[in-house]
Amino acid sequence: MSSTRDWLLTDAPSSRRQAAWGRRYRRWLQFRTNGLAMFGLTVAVILILGAVFAPLLAPQNPGAQNLAMRLAPPSAQHWLGTDELGRDLFSRLLYGGRVTLGMVVAVVILVAPIGLLVGSVAGYAGGWADRVLMRVTDVFLAVPQLILALAFVSALKPGITSAVIAIALTAWPPYARQARADTLTIRHSDFIAAARLTGASGTRIVLHHIIPLCLSSMIVRMTLSMSGIILTAAGLGFLGMGAQPPMPEWGTMIATSRAFILAQWWVPAIPGIAIFVASLAFNLLGDGLRDVLDPRQR
Amino acid sequence: MRRIKSLSETLSSVLVTLFGLAVVTFMIGRVVPIDPTIAIVGDHAPPDVVAAARLQLGLDKPLPVQFLIYVQHLLHGDLGRSVMSSHPVTQDIAQYFPATVELATTAIIIAMLIGIPLGVLAAARQGSRFDQLVRVISLGGQSVPVFVLGLVALLVFYVKLGWAPGTGQQDVLFDGTVPRVTGMLVVDAALNGDWDATSDALAHLALPALVLAFFSLSTITRMTRAFMLDALGGEYIVTARAKGLSGTRILWRHGFGNIAVPLITVLALAYAGLLEGAVLTEVIFSWPGIGQYLTVSLLNADMNAVLGATLVIGAVYVGLNMLADLAYRLFDPRVR
Repeated sequence: MSSTRDWLLTDAPSSRRQAAWGRRYRRWLQFRTNGLAMFGLTVAVILILGAVFAPLLAPQNPGAQNLAMRLAPPSAQHWLGTDELGRDLFSRLLYGGRVTLGMVVAVVILVAPIGLLVGSVAGYAGGWADRVLMRVTDVFLAVPQLILALAFVSALKPGITSAVIAIALTAWPPYARQARADTLTIRHSDFIAAARLTGASGTRIVLHHIIPLCLSSMIVRMTLSMSGIILTAAGLGFLGMGAQPPMPEWGTMIATSRAFILAQWWVPAIPGIAIFVASLAFNLLGDGLRDVLDPRQR
Repeated sequence: MRRIKSLSETLSSVLVTLFGLAVVTFMIGRVVPIDPTIAIVGDHAPPDVVAAARLQLGLDKPLPVQFLIYVQHLLHGDLGRSVMSSHPVTQDIAQYFPATVELATTAIIIAMLIGIPLGVLAAARQGSRFDQLVRVISLGGQSVPVFVLGLVALLVFYVKLGWAPGTGQQDVLFDGTVPRVTGMLVVDAALNGDWDATSDALAHLALPALVLAFFSLSTITRMTRAFMLDALGGEYIVTARAKGLSGTRILWRHGFGNIAVPLITVLALAYAGLLEGAVLTEVIFSWPGIGQYLTVSLLNADMNAVLGATLVIGAVYVGLNMLADLAYRLFDPRVR
């Protein structure tokens, strides 16, 4: 074990691979000292595992109704109680995590490459390409995310796919802005000039030299934007424009059980807490990652 | 001369953004849905009715022509007619928007009064327990969904404690007693000299405004803290300390004095961001603002109303951004 550690922490790495892993390990050591960030990481991992293994972990079928047991308080049989149709809340929460986190992953996968490409091309090319791309970005930044997403979903059809498309359409501009800013700072570096002198094409420079350097700030932005996506997805669900009942999605669950807040407050409160915890976890994680990966932005 | 040039650049970029916004709403309204006529005449309309409706909507014309007509209407303040209320959308928005302005303005004032001192003090004691606490509170504020916060607030302060009145803008008792002047109920009731109605309206405003304030509190606190840390690292602060000035004076006069202008930008952005939080808050508190109008229209597939509200909110957002930019240029000698 200690030999691995020595290999990682050596001052004289003998290969590029060793140097890269050593740097990663040092960053991890630095990250580990941040208690709040570690808390965020732990919670995020638990949530993701819970969502992935929901079919194994859930004690009951999330759609199974039992009207005799409706709105039951937490008990040994139903750990978190039951909802207005007697469905097991704990199982629904786990399956709801699949929906919510699945939407988050889908949005990020769609959005990050688009933003990265638009931003790095705009930043590297400059001139009119930069102006056009940034104007388009500004238009999408000009409307609050939830409102633009609502307008998109209303034109499509309420549902998860529409919600993902709508959130993705409204979520890419900050990525583009960030990638452009990063590109502008490295565009005039000597190694870019050297690459150009050796005859590398613009495409090659953007793909091989600029994008890899934008990645760490992209990872930070992705993590931080995840909490915003969770909130927007839940907000859409709450307004009836995201996932549709009976699908267990956290925002939708709050909307359908909202009427019971007076007598059975835990029914809407439990998905509410889930949204809060998930969003907080990604915020803490992103904050910690930023300190390690992107110290300029502290 | 340079100032005029930069001003005209700002203005032209705002115009381009507004034009782009019109393109986006037009596309959503005309291109994305399968057939906008169906939304108006219904699924089972006979073919000749559908054809007549298409002609009336100008859908037989090529898309660019349709877009020009759309922009022409927009420039005349015509956002179409709402299917639901059968009023022109502009009239509906004029009816609902003041309530949102009332709510958002109260919220931003509360958020400022709490957020700025928190941020300044956290920066002054960087790394302390207090700083950590502020960090956790502001991250929490960013993570809590505003509709959950609203529901919890209603449960605690209305149902359990009975401190707050219920949802809506006023008690049924005062329904229709306040003549509409500005559309902001608290102001209208005060103008009318009806103090019972004023205090009732204020009481109804308090809880949704607090919930909404929490929504932007975290941004304001975080940005204030970051700006202050930057300012407090300046050499003039060291000089001020060396002169023997008191800590409070250094903090507020020398430190805060230098961040007041950039903070205006943050406040304008936060205010614009409240329009988003207002949608969910208004739904929870049955507040008759533009967010409520937008969601009700959405559920009724009233596209003219939805796109009109989106466009108006977008335009206000862009306008606030522009004002922030102008304020920055006008008041900050470093930019001049």
